[in-house]
Amino acid sequence: MYSEKLIRCLVICTTSLLLYAVTSFATPLKRGDAFPELGSYQLEGTLPERLQGKVLLVDFWASWCAPCRRSFAVYDALHDKYQEKGLVLIGISVDDDVDMMQTFLEKNPVSFPVLRDVGQQLVAQCSIKTMPTLFLIDQQGVVRFVHNGFGGEETKEQLIAQIEGLIE
Amino acid sequence: MTAWKRCKQLRMGPVLTLFILSGCAQVQPWERGTLSEYTMRPDRDPLYDALTEHIYFSREAASGGRGVGGGGCGCN
Repeated sequence: MYSEKLIRCLVICTTSLLLYAVTSFATPLKRGDAFPELGSYQLEGTLPERLQGKVLLVDFWASWCAPCRRSFAVYDALHDKYQEKGLVLIGISVDDDVDMMQTFLEKNPVSFPVLRDVGQQLVAQCSIKTMPTLFLIDQQGVVRFVHNGFGGEETKEQLIAQIEGLIE
Repeated sequence: MTAWKRCKQLRMGPVLTLFILSGCAQVQPWERGTLSEYTMRPDRDPLYDALTEHIYFSREAASGGRGVGGGGCGCN
């Protein structure tokens, strides 16, 4: 009788744990998903005009993230190279502290627009798994490639090939 | 066993589990700003680390136990 009770209790506890695990892990945004509408989130800063029909690169970064620092120079170069061809690059900072973000930008200046996800709602919606995460979105607003983390030259080469494939 | 007792027993499991889980929190990648601060690093003070290590391996007589050379006598 005791073991029957124990087993029943264990089964219930395991089921509860599984339910908790299933509900607490949101599904990350992946290839083929529609990217959320940027205008419907509380983003501090100015969104570029006319995003529709453009190839979009959205980079989630933070001032405390070391690879983000290395990625900025590469992304800035890509922005300079492809903006005339219709590429729009937007940096989304997930910093809580706006001063930290500003200090980072002073040390690592970039020419692409940078906004701050004030309530961290957009990043939560995208449910990214690493910092930084870069989404390459096509003219229809569909995520075509996701770059988790920054792999230096390898990421740069992949991005060039992917951007050129989408722009042409 | 009455139906009421059985019902109470069945409820205990999930209630207890949920009570325990209420203390859990999953830190998301975008929420790790505080964790990445320099003050959160366990090896931020080399002098303190060296002292702690010396006390540890002297007490345990386990010199070399963390991958450095030594005979395990704890005498250095």
